Amino acid sequence: MTATLEHPSAAATATRQLLNVRNLNVSFTAGRGRPGAPNTQRYHVVKDVSLSLAAGECLAIVGESGSGKSVTARTLVGLPGGTARVQADALELAGHQVAELGERQWRQLRGREIGFVLQDALVSLDPLRPVGREIEEALRLHGWGNRRSRAAKAVELLASVGVPNPEIRARQRPDELSGGLRQRALIASAIALDPKLVIADEPTTALDVTVQAQILQLLAGMKDRGTGIVLISHDLSVVATLADQVAVMQGGAIVEQGPARRVLQDPQHEYTQALLDAVPSAHTKGTPLSKDGRARITATSRRIRTERPAEAPPVLQAEGLTKSYKGPDGVQRTVVRDVSFELGVGETLGIVGESGSGKSTTARMALAMLEPDAGRVLLDGGAWTGISTAARRSRRRLVTVVYQDPLSSFDPRWNAERILLDAISRTDFPTEAERTARAAELAGQVGLQTEHLAKHPLQLSGGQRQRLAIARALAPEPEVIVLDEAVSALDVSVQAQVLDLLSDLQQELGLSYLFISHDLGVIHHMSDRVLVMKDGLAVEQGSADQIFNSPRQPYTRELLASLPQLPSGAAATEGGLA
Amino acid sequence: MTTTTLTPKTNPASGPQARTSPAAWLRAVPLAPAVSAAVVLFFVIAAIAPQLLTHRDPFAIDLANALQPPGLAHPFGTDQSGRDLYTRVVYGARESLLIGLGATGLAIGIAVILGVASGLGGRLLDGVVSRGLEVLFAFPVLLLAMLFVTIYGPSVTTQIVAVGLGTAPGYARMIRGQVLAVRHSGYVEAAHALGHSRWTVLRQHVFPNAMRPLVAVVTLGIGQSIVWASGLAFLGLGVAPPSPEWGALLDAGRMFITRAWWLEVMPGLAIVAIALAATSLGHFIQKKLEGAQS
Repeated sequence: MTATLEHPSAAATATRQLLNVRNLNVSFTAGRGRPGAPNTQRYHVVKDVSLSLAAGECLAIVGESGSGKSVTARTLVGLPGGTARVQADALELAGHQVAELGERQWRQLRGREIGFVLQDALVSLDPLRPVGREIEEALRLHGWGNRRSRAAKAVELLASVGVPNPEIRARQRPDELSGGLRQRALIASAIALDPKLVIADEPTTALDVTVQAQILQLLAGMKDRGTGIVLISHDLSVVATLADQVAVMQGGAIVEQGPARRVLQDPQHEYTQALLDAVPSAHTKGTPLSKDGRARITATSRRIRTERPAEAPPVLQAEGLTKSYKGPDGVQRTVVRDVSFELGVGETLGIVGESGSGKSTTARMALAMLEPDAGRVLLDGGAWTGISTAARRSRRRLVTVVYQDPLSSFDPRWNAERILLDAISRTDFPTEAERTARAAELAGQVGLQTEHLAKHPLQLSGGQRQRLAIARALAPEPEVIVLDEAVSALDVSVQAQVLDLLSDLQQELGLSYLFISHDLGVIHHMSDRVLVMKDGLAVEQGSADQIFNSPRQPYTRELLASLPQLPSGAAATEGGLA
Repeated sequence: MTTTTLTPKTNPASGPQARTSPAAWLRAVPLAPAVSAAVVLFFVIAAIAPQLLTHRDPFAIDLANALQPPGLAHPFGTDQSGRDLYTRVVYGARESLLIGLGATGLAIGIAVILGVASGLGGRLLDGVVSRGLEVLFAFPVLLLAMLFVTIYGPSVTTQIVAVGLGTAPGYARMIRGQVLAVRHSGYVEAAHALGHSRWTVLRQHVFPNAMRPLVAVVTLGIGQSIVWASGLAFLGLGVAPPSPEWGALLDAGRMFITRAWWLEVMPGLAIVAIALAATSLGHFIQKKLEGAQS
């Protein structure tokens, strides 16, 4: 036992100091065999983490996948998971020593003193229970009020987190609510008993930017009222809007910790610097994001866009694309309405919009995987939609695609080489040996090693999988690559590498990209021109600079305003948030 | 140092004896696939060349040694006519395995046709096939089999057809689901986007991936089919009595169950052994197939 338990001032400091963690270590047993078998291993996932937080402050724990940030968060609510082994010199939450607590005691603490907000509200809420009842349950567990007062309190809580018509919403089940409302309901149940400390694990990750902005505002309001917030996030710009203190985690340890402004504007550790550099934004346009990319690209200089002859016909042309589906209720819903765009040779057209804006449906029509109800797509001036599949097949190779989730786009039986071989034309490369050589060449082009070719997609990392997907898209020597949220599932540093790779390839091969993303930063970084979509309509279209610097449409302005901003370094401090 | 251990108590000595279900036990022991393979091999030899495993004649009557309990001379004992039970079990393997393989093969054959047609065909065909399968599902397998055997008389062929028809709808439903899932998968769309023809995509992606789980299901099905066929034989709907088919042996031993337990236990053990071995081998193959991609 350490001295902290008997520390006399523990109770006194509890009012200010909500969180005091010293040298927290968490390890897991993992292995294929039974626990205790010789082939099991201990994985040390949180190493000597020390954190502290005062009331009315927000501490952000930042890191990429596998950095141990979520395990840290779960340990702070006593849910580290199955085989976890937790050790700490001090583990103090809201004035309670929690290191030795049993499950019963944890349950009393959770909800009452500590609120926990999870990432995905759809899986975290009981699908069969109205959200109001979910909140009442949180109150009931701690013996708050009676049935009637709890119902009233639930409505009041929903109202307090900004849910419109809370009386009606309280009676609805999670699937009847939008993502933003679900997340609010989840937050409402976490703060039902007014906990002093709220731990939020990626609370806005699954949300659209405009909704994210609302949730961040809500959390900021709670902070102002004196709640301590521990925010776990991979998104540095989200962190920048809310956090007072930032702890950057890498490989289970904290590499840098300090006041948010200092860490984000003047990072000391090279990992923090790399993380910040990797965030695509307006300032990064035309420059590589990742470190190794930088060395490679400076020799070839920045992309030169003016070289393209202005009169060259567009490679892909969409005219008045319209698509509607009949919903399960029999009502015809128009998903895409009268969308037109042009994609020039060697150009990147970014399509940006929130979920349900019709951008993926537009992409599928551009790929001719989906016939438009009205309008048409032209490829190199010839009909691309509205013709027979057989007539299209010979030109299929000209337009390829990279999806968000590469894993599901690979046949699980095949290894990387087989996947590439399948995409290589048999007329251009008639012999097996030529095709194998081509596969190796493609792998080299996207930065995959020869040893990766023998592996199955499951054995590759997320970044390697996306590289493989890009190699496959390159294999038929296309003119256009449709990138449908191609980097959205990647960590920011991996995303940076993949974006750099895409820029290099575009320059080298003169490719045209149709770049679809919900991420405005990525769109700004990559695109020459941008198409903003909302509810199936093309709201605004123009050059990236025009869209981002002088948007004409109110929706575009709203979208840009909701984007959390990173305080930029010395270069742009005058324009940054003050 | 404050130490909190949230690990459930693990017993390093927790060996196979701690396991409850036999299947789990077989899976836990690394030897299981080897043992299962040995059991299967034994019965396969018995089916192909039974004389290698016994020098006796399964039909040789020796009334002087009737109903002998298991012993050195007769490891499985003898039946009411003095026939050596071990020899009869060995010779019975051929018909039993034939029924198991045949019935499963027939069921899978029917199921592949119906399942693929249903999964790839249009909405109309899918509707017709699916409703048809649901009607078949409404009949218990046993009832269907009994009906068939009653009409065509008991023989190995009718047993195969009866059990095969009875178990086909289940497989068909599974294959239909697989085909639908694979057909709408990302890699099928990716293959279409690469410009592969419909037939190439079916041949390269849809068929192999939809049929993959079948490998494991088939081995499970063989054991089940043998059990089904034995059940039918026990009800007197199987192969005629002098035949040493396992179900028939069970049926014949029924009369003497109070006096000669081995007449029921020994053929029963054979059925259990082959069903368990095939099932365990099926699990092993399934794991290997899944392991190949992880």
